[in-house]
Amino acid sequence: MIPELGHFALIVAFLLSVAQAVFGLGGAARRDGAWLAAAGSAVVGQFVFVALSFGALTWAFVERDFSVLYVATNSHSELPLFYRVAAVWGAHEGSLLLWSLCLAGWTLGVVAASRSLDAPFRGRVIGILGIISIGFQLFMLATSNPFTRLVPAAPEGLDLNPLLQDFALAVHPPILYLGYVGFAVAFAFACATLIEGRLDAAWARWTRPWTLAAWMFLTIGIALGSWWAYYELGWGGWWFWDPVENASFMPWLAGTALIHSLAVTEKRGLFKSWTLLLAVAAFSLSLLGTFLVRSGILISVHAFATDPARGAFILAFLGIVIGGALVLYAWRAPRLASSASFEPTSRESFLLLNNALLVAALSLILLGTLYPLFMDALELGKVTVGAPWFNLMFLVPMLPLLLLLGIGMHAAWKRGHLLTVRSRLWIAAGCAIAGALLIGALAYADLRPITTLGFALALWVMLSSLLMPLARLRARQPLPAAVVGMVVAHFGVGLATFGITGVQSFKVEKDFALAVGEAASIGGYDFRFSALRDVRGANFTGVEADILVSRDGEKVTMLQPQKRLYNSGGNPMTEAGIEVGPTRDLFAALGDNLGEGRWSVRLQYKPLIRYIWLGAILVAFGGLLAALDRRYRLPARARDAQTSAATAS
Amino acid sequence: MKLPLRFLVPVLAFAVLVAFFVIGLKRDPGQIPSPLIGKPAPAFALESLGDPNWIVGPADFAGRPWLLNVWGSWCVGCRQEHDALMAIAGQNRVPIMGLNLWDERERALRWLADLGNPYVSVAYDPDGRTSIDWGVYGAPETFLVDASGTVVKKHIGPITLQVWQAEFLPLLAAGAQAP
Amino acid sequence: MTPRRKRLLAVLAILAGVGIATALAMLAFRENLLYFYNPTQVLAGDAPGGRTFRIGGMVTQGSVQRTPGSLEVRFVVTDYRNSVPVRYEGLLPDLFREGQGVVAHGRIDASGEFVADEVLAKHDENYMPPEVAESLHAPTPMQVPE
Repeated sequence: MIPELGHFALIVAFLLSVAQAVFGLGGAARRDGAWLAAAGSAVVGQFVFVALSFGALTWAFVERDFSVLYVATNSHSELPLFYRVAAVWGAHEGSLLLWSLCLAGWTLGVVAASRSLDAPFRGRVIGILGIISIGFQLFMLATSNPFTRLVPAAPEGLDLNPLLQDFALAVHPPILYLGYVGFAVAFAFACATLIEGRLDAAWARWTRPWTLAAWMFLTIGIALGSWWAYYELGWGGWWFWDPVENASFMPWLAGTALIHSLAVTEKRGLFKSWTLLLAVAAFSLSLLGTFLVRSGILISVHAFATDPARGAFILAFLGIVIGGALVLYAWRAPRLASSASFEPTSRESFLLLNNALLVAALSLILLGTLYPLFMDALELGKVTVGAPWFNLMFLVPMLPLLLLLGIGMHAAWKRGHLLTVRSRLWIAAGCAIAGALLIGALAYADLRPITTLGFALALWVMLSSLLMPLARLRARQPLPAAVVGMVVAHFGVGLATFGITGVQSFKVEKDFALAVGEAASIGGYDFRFSALRDVRGANFTGVEADILVSRDGEKVTMLQPQKRLYNSGGNPMTEAGIEVGPTRDLFAALGDNLGEGRWSVRLQYKPLIRYIWLGAILVAFGGLLAALDRRYRLPARARDAQTSAATAS
Repeated sequence: MKLPLRFLVPVLAFAVLVAFFVIGLKRDPGQIPSPLIGKPAPAFALESLGDPNWIVGPADFAGRPWLLNVWGSWCVGCRQEHDALMAIAGQNRVPIMGLNLWDERERALRWLADLGNPYVSVAYDPDGRTSIDWGVYGAPETFLVDASGTVVKKHIGPITLQVWQAEFLPLLAAGAQAP
Repeated sequence: MTPRRKRLLAVLAILAGVGIATALAMLAFRENLLYFYNPTQVLAGDAPGGRTFRIGGMVTQGSVQRTPGSLEVRFVVTDYRNSVPVRYEGLLPDLFREGQGVVAHGRIDASGEFVADEVLAKHDENYMPPEVAESLHAPTPMQVPE
């Protein structure tokens, strides 16, 4: 009964999405207040019914209703409650419902927070978000219904993929989707602006906090995915340039360029067409990512179940939404040229370069991700693009970007007098280089150029970020949340760079065949395989090893990696033993019984790896602070006064 | 109205991309549409593989959904999908009839004896005439016929449990609800 | 220098930078394209000798052999028409199993054995590499092959 109600609620939500689109866009075109009000109500209604539908599916999972095909395919009676709920978004159909819920939520937020927005404009924004909702709900109802019944009901489910039975990966999709879907808001604002042919930059001010919030979620989602891959996939890698990963990273790069571009458009009314294009691009890349991982068109070790029929639907949807937006852009953007000028060392200049470099990196990653597809379509062979290429291609634009970041932060708008901070920046640069050499020499006895450069750039960005608030405090200038957010986020970038340089330069990964009592040594640490025992969990059995880690004869820790066999389906899973420290991670994973009493063991020494995720968290936190800046929460007139005051400083 | 070329670049680039995606999607061999979908299953009455006196055909399954799996002992993919077929047969949801194609009785029977027999009956089609009626152009291929005798699905290439769950079961469930 | 000259110089500098970067990218690209071959193609000599590539297929039942007590493992990759022996030293992925799909990354050595530096299995027990799936649908022969 409840699944049928869930299905029914989804249908009602779909109808309300249609109403939302019609009343929103139509009401704006007709300047009809009643229609516009109806659009707002439709948004509330849509959210309620999508939430009801989602609730029904969750209930089916919690109650172990194996008469629902989706539940039977992704759950099991022994699955703990937390994972029964997480299983709701564990596969294709449910994750689409999650997408739809996120979209309904963001739309509701926009409606609630934008009452002072010009009504027809608001109507258009709501209408466009409605069109996107229609697409996803129609997709579900037509091809991917989560509520299909299984008759007769299965006596037992096929269980949730053991890989997903993990806290980080369970919460990863909702956070990631909040990010992806949040970019739809910027997209809708951009399209509405293009439709109206607005010449002012008010839309930039409106869009910025929403975009920052979405970007923040996406940052956390990607970091979470990377962290999960590191400890759960058992092999210690933290980024693989896998198409599914790239599908989330590309919108992030576009989003980063977007938030910076929005800053310029908001403050100076410049880069309008760039910002609009980036807003369209960020969400388009989110949609593209959805297409790539669900259509079977790309080969990836972690793509969803493949189905080209669904792929065709998404492609059509993609064509309409993105194609439509880009046509709109081609038609309207030429009108929006701005005429203000700026100096070469002004902040605008730096942000322009920042955007160019980010877009360059994004384009290269897009090329590498799609190249196998082109080759296959042209029947030129089946290829994948190796990680080394991506590493190089990403590095090349990023090195100058990091350098310029440190300077650009201090550049003033329009005129860009760097004289006042110049001396301090030189000192910071000097300290950064010295620091990099010291770390390389003392901590790692390695002064390779690329490593030293990496450390130097990381320290440079961190020091330069700290200079900013110090200078302001000394001058007794205000330190609004937006500025603090920027500082924290940029510092986070430096910290992450620090971690990446460390781990990529100095990591050691080696496989060994060890018997109980034998030891191996990497990175200056000794790993002794001291014991092996059987273990048992709620839904698995397995073996656990004791690996005693010591350095210079002193005990450091005891790692306890496990090899599990899940009861349902007999899937083996590796649980790595990881020891976290301020300067390094120590990692051990258990392989197989090799015979003669030996087991294969993978040992890893991962210096500074935690700083990557710590840095990412700071980046996200910085975004949050910036989004919560008071000036976005003030009514329009006071906001304009604040903006001009901030620009003058 | 001026339209500088650079503003057209994004939409043109996107159009090219979509074109590649369309080509890419079409190339999936498992999804080449069959003209038989939605039509009544072609009738046949063939000797069964093991016993020439036993005649088998779609009429055996009138009123219930069933699977037709086209295979041969020479067929590499058939060997690969065999485990999945055995699992599907073990679920006892739908009977599977084999259509043994371009094969010799001895070899086919030995193949089944070695690997296991997921079929309730196997039709012997050594010259492929019946398979032509079904639009078969290779093996393995699997057809789902619903209770009214209409072909509702064709899968080209080895079948997996994934495909069974994602593509066949929903059709069976939908069919079970229809009058 | 006039502002106009400054801008021109900047544009030229950017174009030069982009040009160099593109050249670098294209060069590195070709080095890093990993082609995929099935065992039949490898035995037919399609795969580049001496260069890294990927081979994919099913792990032949009963072919996994370990040198007892060591990390060395040997197995056979097949597309049921032809097989290629693979040698690997290290931990195998969790879902590596006989009769399941596998993709290995490495090169063919002088003896015709594929020396893998990485072995991949998708995190799903029904994984068959799509490239392998395509090659497993055999067209109707005019004559039953011997």
